[in-house]
Amino acid sequence: MRVALMVTCINDAMFPDVGKAVVTVFRRLGVDVDFPADQTCCGQPMVNTGYLDEAVPLVRTFVRAFEGYDAVVTPSGSCAGSARHQHAIVAGRSGDAGLATAVAEISPRVHELSEFLVDVLGVEDVGASFPHSVTYHPTCHSLRMLGVGDRPERLLRAVRGLRLIELPRAEECCGFGGTFAMKNADTSVAMGADKARHVRETGAEVLVAGDSSCLMHVGGLLTRQRAGVRVMHLAEVLASTGGAGTGGRR
Amino acid sequence: MSRTFLGMPPFPAAAREALADPQLRSNLAHATTTIRAKRAAVVAEVDDWESLRLRAAAIKDDVLLHLDEHLLRLEESLTARGAVVHWARTAEEASAVVAEVARAHGVDEVVKVKSMATQEVELNEHLAAQGISAWETDLAELIVQLGDDLPSHILVPAIHRNRAEIRAIFEREMGRVGRPAPDDLTDDPARLAEAARLHLREKFLRAKVGVSGANFAVADSGTLVVVESEGNGRMCLTLPEVLVSVVGIEKVVPSWTDLDVFLTLLPRSSTGERMNPYTSTWSGVTPGDGPQEVHVVLLDNGRSRALADEVGRQALRCIRCSACLNVCPVYERTGGHAYGSVYPGPIGAILNPLLKGVGHDEQTDSLPYASTLCGACFEACPVRIDIPSVLVDLRAQVVDAHRSGVPGPEALAMRAAAATFGSGRRLAAAERASALAGRAIDAVARITHRDRRVGGRRLIGRLPGPGAGWTDARDLPTPPEESFRAWWKRTDGGAR
Repeated sequence: MRVALMVTCINDAMFPDVGKAVVTVFRRLGVDVDFPADQTCCGQPMVNTGYLDEAVPLVRTFVRAFEGYDAVVTPSGSCAGSARHQHAIVAGRSGDAGLATAVAEISPRVHELSEFLVDVLGVEDVGASFPHSVTYHPTCHSLRMLGVGDRPERLLRAVRGLRLIELPRAEECCGFGGTFAMKNADTSVAMGADKARHVRETGAEVLVAGDSSCLMHVGGLLTRQRAGVRVMHLAEVLASTGGAGTGGRR
Repeated sequence: MSRTFLGMPPFPAAAREALADPQLRSNLAHATTTIRAKRAAVVAEVDDWESLRLRAAAIKDDVLLHLDEHLLRLEESLTARGAVVHWARTAEEASAVVAEVARAHGVDEVVKVKSMATQEVELNEHLAAQGISAWETDLAELIVQLGDDLPSHILVPAIHRNRAEIRAIFEREMGRVGRPAPDDLTDDPARLAEAARLHLREKFLRAKVGVSGANFAVADSGTLVVVESEGNGRMCLTLPEVLVSVVGIEKVVPSWTDLDVFLTLLPRSSTGERMNPYTSTWSGVTPGDGPQEVHVVLLDNGRSRALADEVGRQALRCIRCSACLNVCPVYERTGGHAYGSVYPGPIGAILNPLLKGVGHDEQTDSLPYASTLCGACFEACPVRIDIPSVLVDLRAQVVDAHRSGVPGPEALAMRAAAATFGSGRRLAAAERASALAGRAIDAVARITHRDRRVGGRRLIGRLPGPGAGWTDARDLPTPPEESFRAWWKRTDGGAR
């Protein structure tokens, strides 16, 4: 099976440790993974702001980078959702039938990390160790667009030493919402402040989620509050093998 | 008379004001949390909820596909049952029909059943301009009307008010328009309801003309249906001699069998009840029973425009249950007024632009962006309106409507991003520049002693310009020294 890592633009440019963590987990599980260097951004920021024409070259780049792979794995529910549900809209807009065909072929092969580990590899225990208290926020697109269900929690429960604490009102959006975070900054922050409060109520040391964008938003609020709670991507926790005091690079 | 939504600012500004109101935030959080829990409990009781949703969506889609035929059938049935059918293309035409009926009967007041369509056409204001008072009789609409306020929720228009505020409004305003509130009024819900009953009873017994909307219009029997909780609607529908109902053309359902599906979905989705207390149905005129003159105004007012929108037409399935408002994390914090329309919340964010069209005014164009696209609305919608997809499509329509003008900062940024993201090579160059910027920020931070790190990563405190939108309330990490792609290349995927 030829597996490609779709690292996402935000992880590539801002949170490279998330991409490295995926590589670490895959190597531990004996999965050979490629990083097609042509990849850039899935185009979601443009599509969700209404700039469909501007997303066309990005979808072309996506297709060029990932065609030919059996599986495209990404540490993001949101970007997986974009590739699976929005690329067809962009291809339709381009009027290029060839692009539409290529998108239809690739889209179903795009997997969010927890889906790939649990459904394709059939693994829940990835051999990680992380002796810390953790609360998990299910990001909206992984939960409601992809339907990943409890796969991330199953992966977390199998991590040695990890204590998973339930997050109150876990399924409520954190308020990031892509360009919403800037266009409607006040509402975004009001939502994020409530999410941060619920996180702090759990008393957990670490907030874990499957999307770096949501974590950048809630994490930015938590550090501004000097909350002393760190945020980590699911992949980073699954890559950990150390004892107390490891992990938490943000 | 009462205020209208005309001249409301775009969503972000209106929301900013609402977010700063602690009373509003607390009232909304309490009300939406309560109603969400009630809805979840009664929806969970229905084993085939998902298949009911699918059926409802299919019925509505079929109606919309053959809307002309169903409407003609409805007109035929209504006329055969003694009702007078009027067709209204616009809000003005609909209001004119109601005013004409009132004038023909020489009255200067009408009593109203809670109705979204009459709110949408601003019927009360149109009637007031002609010297006709329209009395709202739904408890919450009465609170809004007495308080010279605007509705903030489809089902619970006074959701932004608490008991103490309602008591103050009753004490201050009831006497101006009818029977005053009792001297010893408290904020006990039963006492408040009693005050409203006494006040409204006079109006029910006096009014000659009643005005309503309809939740459904059954084409094959010519039956209008009003679903309500309080019984005030039943009073308005049965006591006056004349009844005028303003009904959106999308309200038609083919038969009573179809109606059954919606009467199961609606109360559970809206009030969180298995069944609503009052369901009134009437088919034209019944001699010796109820109004002896019945008018039905079939209202377009932008619905044909919405119907022509391939992605957006599913919004016409809406049965105005307001489940999407109650589960929406944006609505819960901003309340309904921020949406600047009688249709607030997620459904309002798509319905208003669909009815009015985009590219004409900033307020309407701001609505499709009033969402994080979290999808909670789609999950709760009993007729499966994919609100997030419609929002995204409407955003594209807003952007396209402005493509011919001078590009703004956002459009320029999107074009620049599209160019950068056009190839991996260009993105790598941009990332090298961003690492340099990160080093510069680090240097400044060290010099100014604003050096703050979390987990080894330096944080940007506050940025000037457009970056302030993020950093006013949130930290941002500085860009890393090395991007993922640079690391992969340098280490051959971590092998070195």
